[in-house]
Amino acid sequence: MAETKNILFCGVGGQGILLASEVTSEALIRAGFDVKKSEVHGMAQRGGAVEAHLRYGDRVYSPLIEPGSVDVEVAFELLESLRYLPYLNTSSRVIVNTQRILPPAVATGLESYPDNIVDELKKRGIEVLPVNAFDMAKRLGEVRAVNMILVGVLSGYLPVEEDVFIEVIKERVKKAFVDINIKAFREGRNLKF
Amino acid sequence: MQKNKDLRKIAFLSGNEAFALGASESAVRVASAYPGTPSTEILETLSTYKDIYTEWAPNEKVALEVALGASIAGVRAMASMKHVGLNVAADPLFTASYTGVRGGLVVIVADDPQMHSSQNEQDSRNYAMASKIPMLEPSEPEECRAFIREAFRISEEFDTPVLVRTTTRVSHVKGIVYPERKKKRSVDAGLVKMPEKFVMLPAHARKRRIFIEERLRKLKEFAETFSSNRIEWGDNETGFITSGVSYLYVKEAFPGASVLKLALVYPLPERMIKEFARKVKRLYIVEELDPFIELHVKAMGVKCIGKEIIPSYYELNTAQLKEAVIGEKKEIFPSVNIPLRPPVMCPGCPHRGIFYNLSRLKVFVTGDIGCYTLGALKPLSAMDTCICMGAGIGNALGIEKALGEDALGKVVAVIGDSTFVHSGITPLIDIVYNRGFTTVIILDNRTTAMTGHQPNPATGRTAMGTETVELDIAALCRAIGVKNVVTINPHDIDNTYRVIREEIKRPEPSVIISRAPCALLPEVRKAKRPGYTVIEETCTGCRICLKLGCPAIDWVKIDRDEAKRRGREKQKGYARISAVLCNGCGECEMVCKFDAIVEEGQDGRD
Repeated sequence: MAETKNILFCGVGGQGILLASEVTSEALIRAGFDVKKSEVHGMAQRGGAVEAHLRYGDRVYSPLIEPGSVDVEVAFELLESLRYLPYLNTSSRVIVNTQRILPPAVATGLESYPDNIVDELKKRGIEVLPVNAFDMAKRLGEVRAVNMILVGVLSGYLPVEEDVFIEVIKERVKKAFVDINIKAFREGRNLKF
Repeated sequence: MQKNKDLRKIAFLSGNEAFALGASESAVRVASAYPGTPSTEILETLSTYKDIYTEWAPNEKVALEVALGASIAGVRAMASMKHVGLNVAADPLFTASYTGVRGGLVVIVADDPQMHSSQNEQDSRNYAMASKIPMLEPSEPEECRAFIREAFRISEEFDTPVLVRTTTRVSHVKGIVYPERKKKRSVDAGLVKMPEKFVMLPAHARKRRIFIEERLRKLKEFAETFSSNRIEWGDNETGFITSGVSYLYVKEAFPGASVLKLALVYPLPERMIKEFARKVKRLYIVEELDPFIELHVKAMGVKCIGKEIIPSYYELNTAQLKEAVIGEKKEIFPSVNIPLRPPVMCPGCPHRGIFYNLSRLKVFVTGDIGCYTLGALKPLSAMDTCICMGAGIGNALGIEKALGEDALGKVVAVIGDSTFVHSGITPLIDIVYNRGFTTVIILDNRTTAMTGHQPNPATGRTAMGTETVELDIAALCRAIGVKNVVTINPHDIDNTYRVIREEIKRPEPSVIISRAPCALLPEVRKAKRPGYTVIEETCTGCRICLKLGCPAIDWVKIDRDEAKRRGREKQKGYARISAVLCNGCGECEMVCKFDAIVEEGQDGRD
């Protein structure tokens, strides 16, 4: 029996986290897994911290990831990668978009943005894969493609064929954005660390 | 892993989407709801199905009354709401228990343990017992679909409304669902006069009261054989009685244990519970929030462990159960102290201009439920109460009546457009009727924003997307007897300040309608106005624009040398506007006293 695996998506409202977790879920289902995905609605568009728990295996019961048991964390924003530290363990892998989005207290100069985030994770024995997804997406001409770049990176660590992801992207993304999203996905998937 | 092979036969749906699918499969004809997290998507999804009349009602009481009406007319009907909505709908609910149904009637109630998006935590299972209505509780999306089918069957078979309880982690979890064919139901639609059943005069109600007892007795029998109440035998050392999402946590934490999974949480299958209890050495009851099952089981004289070790507040989770039951605790990384990222009013949000001015006026603000509740947070800090839908207006009148003339000019009630229609009209009548002098600000952002932009009676659109009569809020307030009704544009900071200051001093009721569309509405996004920018050299670093709490404005620190170079030695920094985030509302330009904020392209640079 395949053990249930845990992927934690996190970032800031408006970064396309829900679509990324959706595409990943669909791909895992097509690869034959049972999948559960949990998210909290209501505040997603209001700039707050957003998280989605994705679990896959033969039979997934709990919709929530237990603290200390994330296999892969996909952080859409640098600071957010550190917020969910209690969910990680020494064998977790963290894919992190190194883009910074300032929280309100930082933007108004009341607090400062921590500057050694990747090291904070690494010194705890966590494997960190930093991705400059925002600049990559800008070069592709579509800043909203950040999410597919990160899904591309993530896909390299999942037991799903590349074609399955491409198929899902074609079905789930608005027609006008399919090509750019596939391009973004491939760029992410082909990144070397 | 064969079961996913035929992708055409499965769907990946949230609990709420699965509820809608189940309702469609059950041939529901009429569905009414008021939006509220985590229940909103049930009706939203249902409105995309053909052949079903769906509507957003002004509030949950009306939603249930509409659904009951449809049931009286012989068709299957459904109402859905969040937990606090059921408080509003409790009045018709309790009597619908007496009348029973003609067409099946199902009420979905979504509880929010942990208060992800609510002002309190309630366990709606208590309503099932209090109203003597059976309640089903699914654990995951596939059960959401299947249990709606069961609920309609039970409703018609036992002549009763049926409650279906969900929670955030059921409604907002996506899982694999196996759609079935739509039920063919011979509709018995039409008008049938049955006064003894539907006219709850005391004489009729007394008869129906006896009927309810008989119905409950039959439902208890049904519970014993209902196949969705099931025992999954494992070892006989530990047994768990559980339901809803808690079942999933139990299965994950204790895969080898015996489990009695309850689908029908009211009434309970007592014989089944006793038999299960006899066969296990230690019996635990695992349920979120109140000890609902536990109290029943203990009242039956069955020994069990429940809230002694399992919290009766917030959500449960697998790790917590392992710790409570077997003392297993995993070492985890402690969290690190990093800046919080709370939700904030969006750039261009029309609420900002109001709360900025209320903050300047230092008034006591009785608030309400909606995006604007964020006005309570720093730096605006301009909300002093938030109780429930509509409460702000009544609270303001109460404060005035307590303090008399002393309160004049010091208290303001704020309420959103949808919230005003939901529960704000009656307290406004109270203000006029009982000669209050409250100033009520109706924040009309042309939508029900917090729950994701549902139309409401004041928007001129229906749930099904058709155009309709638009409620004229100003005319309504005048008809109630409010003589001073003024409509303002909240983005005009100075005028807003002036109007609020004048109206709160008035020794009679007044209503200010703050009218500007939500910045996230598609039509507002499309019509993007030119953004604003800061002329760095002109900015004195006074920070007044930061008091707006706009996410598009940030603060750049400068050192002493840099300050000297700018000729303002004491300057600590300057403001900066993000061109990506700025929505062009222009409020910051209006508050800047040094003309340092200008429309983009007007700063003399290219």
